[in-house]
Amino acid sequence: MTTTDPTLTHTDTGGDGRDDGAGTGTRGTRIIGIATLIAMGWLVAFGLGFSPEDRDQRESVRLLYVHVPTIWIAYLAFTVTAISSGMYFFGKKKSLGWDRLAGASAEIGTVFVAVTLVIGAMWGRLTWGVFWQWDARLTTTALMFVTYIGYLAVRRLGGTHDQRARRSAIIGMIAVLEIPLVHWSVRLWRSLHQEATVLGTDGDVSMDGLMLFSLFVGVIAFSLLYLWLVIHRTRVMAMEDLLDDRGLDDALAARRAEVVPSSNQASSNQASTNQAGTNQADSNRKGTI
Amino acid sequence: MSTLRIARLVAAKDLRIEWNSRVFVNQVLPFAGVTMVIFAFALDADSILQRVAPGLVWLATMFSMLVLVQRSFAIETADGALDALRVAGVDPMAIYLGKAVALGVQLLILEVVLLFAAVILYGQTIPADGAVLLVITLISATCGLAAVGTLYGGLAAGFTGRETLLPLLTFPAVAPVLIGATRAVEAALGTAGAVVSDGWPWVGLLVVFAVAFGVGGALAFGPLIDE
Repeated sequence: MTTTDPTLTHTDTGGDGRDDGAGTGTRGTRIIGIATLIAMGWLVAFGLGFSPEDRDQRESVRLLYVHVPTIWIAYLAFTVTAISSGMYFFGKKKSLGWDRLAGASAEIGTVFVAVTLVIGAMWGRLTWGVFWQWDARLTTTALMFVTYIGYLAVRRLGGTHDQRARRSAIIGMIAVLEIPLVHWSVRLWRSLHQEATVLGTDGDVSMDGLMLFSLFVGVIAFSLLYLWLVIHRTRVMAMEDLLDDRGLDDALAARRAEVVPSSNQASSNQASTNQAGTNQADSNRKGTI
Repeated sequence: MSTLRIARLVAAKDLRIEWNSRVFVNQVLPFAGVTMVIFAFALDADSILQRVAPGLVWLATMFSMLVLVQRSFAIETADGALDALRVAGVDPMAIYLGKAVALGVQLLILEVVLLFAAVILYGQTIPADGAVLLVITLISATCGLAAVGTLYGGLAAGFTGRETLLPLLTFPAVAPVLIGATRAVEAALGTAGAVVSDGWPWVGLLVVFAVAFGVGGALAFGPLIDE
């Protein structure tokens, strides 16, 4: 998002060294962005190239390097959402910055969970022969995904920024209450029916060194990506809020501007109508007398 | 006035409105009944229906609950009644508790009717030794459902798109109730060879859920509607 409007560039949400130009990029985010690209390049090299294939799972084990980091970062993202929701709700300043951080983090977390679920389904098809298993972890993850889609829907309910912030802060905190309850119930539910299915990561306790390193690269790459996305998204949200406020101010200014240039004429018109009105009233009064 | 007294007044008001309008009897109960019938069309085999009857009872309860919650808050927002209550300085916790109790009473009636429907339509039997478990399950599950329904109903009240937002928020949240209540009722009815003692851990889950959401909802409701 680019703009040449000077006021929109003053929406810094804590970034450093903001450029004069428009947009949400700064030197800091650019460095993070470049680091993300490099780490992603490494991940591709190690994930697809250097790391060996698994004895049992063959090539499909390479999905691990995306599947596991994305869900870890998603959990991190939702934790950030919960903490910033609490910071907004219980904080004295009621800073909208916390609210925007919560929203941005939840959005990115939801996308990452979606990536985990899609990759997991593909991996499941390759290793178990089915896209989906009613395993406790899978079911909890799916319900968590839907819960945060609900959270994002609540953010779009409308109203003022403060209303949005308070509502979503409450839902953000309730979601934290909800997830453990869902997980507990789903685990109890599955334990009655079948043993937890063997998931790739658990089976490989004696993971190959290079595989472990590739996984580590994946975690670094996706952490950087999360950081980069969350900074930009928070800034874009700040701009959106500012644009909303400005939209109202502009509309008010436009209404005022319509009146001001013809104010002399308008006031003289008004005077004459008043005059007429008084005359009318006078005549009415006379009539009643 | 104490919170509990106000809560009782709010609950009585809600139930009186329901009684006078007859929407619950004339529309919600028939809706739940027809849901039970169309389940039978979808699962066209007596053995399957017998096996899954407890789950279908709770599914029908949850679908009907959405209708009840929408209605419970439609009567509050229609004339700005909720705002009027708040302006009058009524404790939001009392409003929450009152509305949750009214919703719970209706849900309990609904569940009993649906259980009878399951006995008649799906060939379920209610054994005597499972009766205590059944009653406690119904009450604890209803408390949890009413707590969640009232909380999210209050959140979505008065906004465009609330009809679609409510199920999206409610269903993931009440998933534990669906799981726990279904297993506990299976144990109480002896579905698929389940024994009564299997049901009690599930009741524990339902009670924890009801307490967590009851307390959370009572605390969160004030800030949610205070806008």
